[in-house]
Amino acid sequence: MTRFRIQSPKGAKQIHFTFNGKSYQGFEGEPLAAALLANGVHLIGRSFKFHRPRGIYSAGSAEPNALVTVLHPDGREPNTLATTLEIYEGLEAVSQNCWPSVETDFGAVNSLLSPLFVAGFYYKTFMGKSNKHWMFFEKYIRKAAGMGEASVEADKSVYEKTNTFCDYLIVGAGPAGISAALEAAQTGKRVVLADEQDALGASLIGTNQTIDGLLAGAWLAQQLATLKTYPNVTLLPRTTIYGYYDDNTLGAVERVNTKALRERHIIFHADKVILATGAIERPIVFGNNDRPGVMLASGFGTYVKRHHVRPGTNVIAFTNNDSIYQQIDDAYEAGATVHTVVDMRESLSDYAQEIVTKTGINVQLGKAVSHVLGSKKIRAVQLDDGTKLSCDLLIVSGGWTPTINLQSQQGDKPIYDDSLCAFLPGLPHQDYLSVGACNGQFGLADCLKSGARALGQDRTYTVERDAPWDILPVWEVPVTKGISFVDFQHDVKASDISLAKREGFISVEHLKRYTTLGMANDQGKTSNLNALALMAKERQKPITEVGTTRFRPPYTPVAIGTLSGGKYGDHFRPTRYTSMHEWHINHGAEMINTGAWVRPRVYKQPGETVTDAYIREAASVRNSVGMVDVTTLGKIEVVGPDAPEFLNRVYTNAWLKLPVGKARYGVMLRDDGLVFDDGTTWRLEENRFLMTTTTANAANVLTHLEYLLDVVWPGLKVKVISVTDQWAGVAVAGPNSRATIAKTVSGVDMSHEAFPFMAVMDGFMDTIPVKIARLSFSGELAYEVWCPSHYGLAMWEKLFDAGKEFNLTPYGTEALGTLRIEKGHVSGPELDGRTSLDDLGLSWAFGKKDFVGKPLSQREGLMASDRAKLVGLMSKPGQAIRPGSQIVTQDNQTRSIGHVTSTTYSPALQNYIALALIQNGRDKIGDTVIATYPLKNEQQDVEIVHPHFFDPDGSRMHV
Amino acid sequence: MKIECPFCGKRDHSEFTYKGDATVARPDHSEQDLDRWNDYVFQRTNPKGAHKEYWHHTNGCRKFLIVERDTISHKINSVTLVQGGGK
Ligand SMILES: [Zn+2]
Repeated sequence: MTRFRIQSPKGAKQIHFTFNGKSYQGFEGEPLAAALLANGVHLIGRSFKFHRPRGIYSAGSAEPNALVTVLHPDGREPNTLATTLEIYEGLEAVSQNCWPSVETDFGAVNSLLSPLFVAGFYYKTFMGKSNKHWMFFEKYIRKAAGMGEASVEADKSVYEKTNTFCDYLIVGAGPAGISAALEAAQTGKRVVLADEQDALGASLIGTNQTIDGLLAGAWLAQQLATLKTYPNVTLLPRTTIYGYYDDNTLGAVERVNTKALRERHIIFHADKVILATGAIERPIVFGNNDRPGVMLASGFGTYVKRHHVRPGTNVIAFTNNDSIYQQIDDAYEAGATVHTVVDMRESLSDYAQEIVTKTGINVQLGKAVSHVLGSKKIRAVQLDDGTKLSCDLLIVSGGWTPTINLQSQQGDKPIYDDSLCAFLPGLPHQDYLSVGACNGQFGLADCLKSGARALGQDRTYTVERDAPWDILPVWEVPVTKGISFVDFQHDVKASDISLAKREGFISVEHLKRYTTLGMANDQGKTSNLNALALMAKERQKPITEVGTTRFRPPYTPVAIGTLSGGKYGDHFRPTRYTSMHEWHINHGAEMINTGAWVRPRVYKQPGETVTDAYIREAASVRNSVGMVDVTTLGKIEVVGPDAPEFLNRVYTNAWLKLPVGKARYGVMLRDDGLVFDDGTTWRLEENRFLMTTTTANAANVLTHLEYLLDVVWPGLKVKVISVTDQWAGVAVAGPNSRATIAKTVSGVDMSHEAFPFMAVMDGFMDTIPVKIARLSFSGELAYEVWCPSHYGLAMWEKLFDAGKEFNLTPYGTEALGTLRIEKGHVSGPELDGRTSLDDLGLSWAFGKKDFVGKPLSQREGLMASDRAKLVGLMSKPGQAIRPGSQIVTQDNQTRSIGHVTSTTYSPALQNYIALALIQNGRDKIGDTVIATYPLKNEQQDVEIVHPHFFDPDGSRMHV
Repeated sequence: MKIECPFCGKRDHSEFTYKGDATVARPDHSEQDLDRWNDYVFQRTNPKGAHKEYWHHTNGCRKFLIVERDTISHKINSVTLVQGGGK
């Protein structure tokens, strides 16, 4: 045992860890803070703004000071609380906010400048002056500010997300929570008892109080064993309920901390919530109250009782209330003594007196600590009567602040209780109850009783050595020397609050933003009430008139990885594969994600680049025949006697007279008159249509149709349903497409006369039923062949085999793009939600009848003469055009008149071409303009041409 | 937030998609007046308190519902079928 280690934790494994590169021993699972204290280490890091030395202030998640960075083999995790981090073999932790080391930190010069770094420093220094000052200083200030240093590596830990439904969610497993759980268990309903700590029990652990004749610890063990026998009860240690949302939905993080799973994000859906979240001890504001070696009494108690570590050997206590005596008593019995207590009250309660007598402690009544001495570690305290007392630890209790963050997140306004010096939960507007210390029941017997009360049970527990509640409402000792801090984590001083008052920032919301009080990642758990009390004193008003701010989730920081759970990268959403996916992979396809779908981009042959491959593929289509997987197109069945009328209203062009067995191209607008989507729709039967949409818009189009049918025209007898997954499709394109299909299909006369352009036929490939539509996106003689998706691969292989004699070439999205750009057909980059029918050269589709979006498509802005219109661009030989390039003219190179939407190399034209949207573009055909890409400092001359680059009269697809 | 779908029962809001204000009346399909369409498409109030809005049960029955929701407390007062209420 060291001087500071009272005994080893039972059954714990001894491990090694490093802090700032130095190796130490500790016990597996104990908090890093306990292990460091056991090794006599108090200096943990430097403060945010002034780089003051800081130590360990508490023993839980409210810790403002002891933030460290944990180094992993593949990254770093900053701002980790040493007070909650459970240590393991090989842990490497380092201090933050210091350079070159925590012992010698150059940033500490800020501390000497602390009179300058007052609240609002940056605003005062940089606002109102020219922006140049800020631009110049910003990079230095940013470098100096900020907590910790984020990892740039991807987080390799594993997280998951679950939903849990329960009848009772009890938050906090202290005496009130356990007492509530005992009653809830007996109802037979689903009960979850969650606590942020690794062990359940909170204040029951290690205290010498007794419950019904049993030492609290023994009582606790007995009750936990009882709870475990109930199959309807789930105990969740290491689980923080971080957010309380509508309809009793609560977010929680369970720290599993195994290799297989680091954290589990649990969404609770609870019928009833019981908040037994306890209370957090408050500091007292006095000079240099932030020095390492100043610690909350409850923190001291936890290290001694629970972790068997003595944070100091020469300990003084400072208080305004009774609760510290219980810590002194418990610690005394556990082997850690306090020699002096400085109590601001004039007299002691019988309870306190009894402990003073028992422990032989020296009492300084009616006095206060005015400041502490020592920099990197406390050496002594000076009392307000001038007495100087040496010590190596000062434990402090300024009272207790009920933890009402979850209630406050709900918007329930807290109510101030003068006798407790505490804000209590306000009236709930959701189905929850607050019990125990968070509800102002600070005594153990009261906690136990209120827990049972939440379940409607009147139960009395007999408690010995229960502490009475007596507090003197003193928040601050007038500062005579040093700096007195209110918010340790954000370095907000008592004087900043006076300054805020003087400058008129007196509302709490202003105070908070002006001083950044409570805005660090501890959310001011230890500082908020002291700040309110100080502002109340400045304003000479009662605390209740100063008001409170509303807490926001999360209660404690939550890792982004935890929130995303398993949903990241490829798992962000479900991946959709077509029936032919394996074939593509086996034939050298390089795949690309288009929305949720995975499609072949190109089929690379040995030695080919992507460009080589798509040029070869596109050329093969024009020269002979190619095939492309078009399964990903959205497909919607539109069925019912009013289906033609419905389509006629939805599409801009006319649909009433489309015969059965024919397809038609259609465009849809949004209500605001801009183009929404396009595609072909086939009339399969009198009252049955198969609509295709773009791959990207399939879901949106379906919802749009459902909206119109449900809300706008409920009288129309039409049903729509997605059949995207039911059909596999192949487009076979090129002069030899007819011959290829004819070889494989029975029951269809493929001749031009029998099977004209835009016709739809039913046939078979062996036993596979197929639908064939003579459509062309490529401008070649082409067909789409569709079959039930489970036959997709067989259909594809039959077509591939049939096409071998024509050297049929499978092609991907790149060649698909090349072919459509050569034809000037619009696609995603042109249908960008900002273009009208006429912008895209589709005004021929503007029907005489009424259609969705028609009125607003004729509004002034969309009819303006200078709108950007679709045109083609032809580059100088051999010069590729970059998509996204801006178009400028020789005369005015600073004003863009349009942009490049889609680009390709055209094997048919033997040159680089592009589609672009250019103001008044159709009147500029023949002009030479400049395509510029300033990010890469590129610019080139391009000629504006008609967008139908290839076969403008469409003769090739009508053969 | 949970929404009681008349078809599917009480479900988490994540199954639904918010589809806008249900109190604005869509002009008739044959309406040609641009101002009326402009008001319908672009003009929205931001009411405090009870408000009727469309929710689409996207990951459920796919019906459009009219949900009366308090925009302050998120309390849901009623969920009804559209049944042509939007015209
Ligand atoms: Zn539903």
